Amino acid sequence: MNTTTTKNPLAQVKEMVQSCIQCGTCTASCPNAFAMDHTPRKLWRMVQADNADAVFKSKTFILCSSCYYCTLRCPRGLPLTRAMGLLTQMAQVQNPEPFKQSHRFYQEFIQSVRRHGRVNEIEFMSLFFLSMKNPILPFKYASLGIKLLQKKKVSIPNPNIWKKDQNGLEKIFNKVRELEEQS
Amino acid sequence: MKYFYYPGCSLEGTAKEYHISTTSLMKALGAELIEIESWSCCGASAAESVSDLLSYVLPARNLAIAEKMSAETSETLDILVPCSACYLNLKKVTEDIKTNLQLLDTINTVLKEDNLELKNKLQVRHLLDILVNDMDINFFKTEVKHFFEDFSVAPYYGCQCLRPYHVFDNPEKPKSMEPLILATGATIHTWEMGPKCCGASHMSTKPEVGQTLVGNILKSARGADMIITVCPMCQMNLEAFQKKISQACNESFNMTILYLPQFMGMAMGLSEKDIRLDLNLSITKKFKTKYLTMTSKPVMLMTASA
Ligand code: SF4
Ligand code: SF4
Repeated sequence: MNTTTTKNPLAQVKEMVQSCIQCGTCTASCPNAFAMDHTPRKLWRMVQADNADAVFKSKTFILCSSCYYCTLRCPRGLPLTRAMGLLTQMAQVQNPEPFKQSHRFYQEFIQSVRRHGRVNEIEFMSLFFLSMKNPILPFKYASLGIKLLQKKKVSIPNPNIWKKDQNGLEKIFNKVRELEEQS
Repeated sequence: MKYFYYPGCSLEGTAKEYHISTTSLMKALGAELIEIESWSCCGASAAESVSDLLSYVLPARNLAIAEKMSAETSETLDILVPCSACYLNLKKVTEDIKTNLQLLDTINTVLKEDNLELKNKLQVRHLLDILVNDMDINFFKTEVKHFFEDFSVAPYYGCQCLRPYHVFDNPEKPKSMEPLILATGATIHTWEMGPKCCGASHMSTKPEVGQTLVGNILKSARGADMIITVCPMCQMNLEAFQKKISQACNESFNMTILYLPQFMGMAMGLSEKDIRLDLNLSITKKFKTKYLTMTSKPVMLMTASA
């Protein structure tokens, strides 16, 4: 896996879109292009031009819903959905403020998985709300939450399954961190 | 037919009825499912944002457990996955390590901590793939008890069971669900939206964008009696926000949304506890009445139109 970080934060993505010919097929195929500040084609141009500031200020990649249309259709066969994912991952480091909420969301999600092996929806949402210290936030999710609770459609993993496997999963998480700190 | 089964987290919570109807349908079709022991989350869309390596290792753990079960029983079984997002996460690992041996090495360095090893011996397959390619459609036809003769069905595939891996259907113009629907006597609602995107998590993070995408799908389904889905995320987006989307688009959407195995199970006359329509968030009164009228007709007088 290529996890080398060089000085240019865009280097890895730049390599991925190097052979883009600016044909615009990705933009024309993207269901979210209407809501993006820069079209996908333009974003790749900005990456090619090393315009990291503008790239990380853009909201284009967080509007990617991983539909894989661009990846499927790009005449150069570029891994564009993956590139969008990498930009989202990097933006949380390069330009943290606007990504605070989604960053917390993912972190709490993964922590819940770490503890239970599976998503414990109630625990994960409460931790997320707590860590955001935003009393209004829960209301955004409330109406759906109530519908699901009424139908008892909220998962709470069985702790008995996990007792014997938790140890292994914990070791896996630790090893991942250890390897990532080395690279 | 015998498979390893990976339900994934949604099927224990928000998509319980998908889990229940999948297992009931497969049983009725004579297939055996062996759940992967102590399976864990595939990382959903969160792992990629937190750590690249984790987004490979979390699905890989489940694949390695399945391989271990396979070695213990000397049975090479495919892994059946009903959730398209889980399917893609698991599938991505099996595809990427075919060419990236260094990645496989790193994954195994991590898995060793849990006494597991991934050799890439098993196939990851979506439920739809298995229903289309392994199930004998003629057997299904003989099992159909309730013919959906006056029903028009809109097949919705969504993205991740079709793209980026081109496995069992055309990723731009999918048709794989059509023979299954026709076998129940229903007709196919003609539309272009089958492979289009429901916006995934936009509905909760960027509601205006999600509502626009789902609004277009619901609009295009007008005239159909139901939309059929094969993914918990698509199902939730299509069924749970119809009121809000109606307000936002100045329309009035009221559409029945069912999982494919629920629909097939209904046609086979499986019991309510095997299908759990009570858990769906959008089943219209009109649909219920039409369905009740249909199922109360004497079975003997019905003939399949397809
Ligand atoms: S489709 Fe491919 S080649 Fe065309 S503009 Fe997009 S990234 Fe570049
Ligand atoms: S994968 Fe993302 S960027 Fe590409 S077309 Fe789909 S939503 Fe747009």
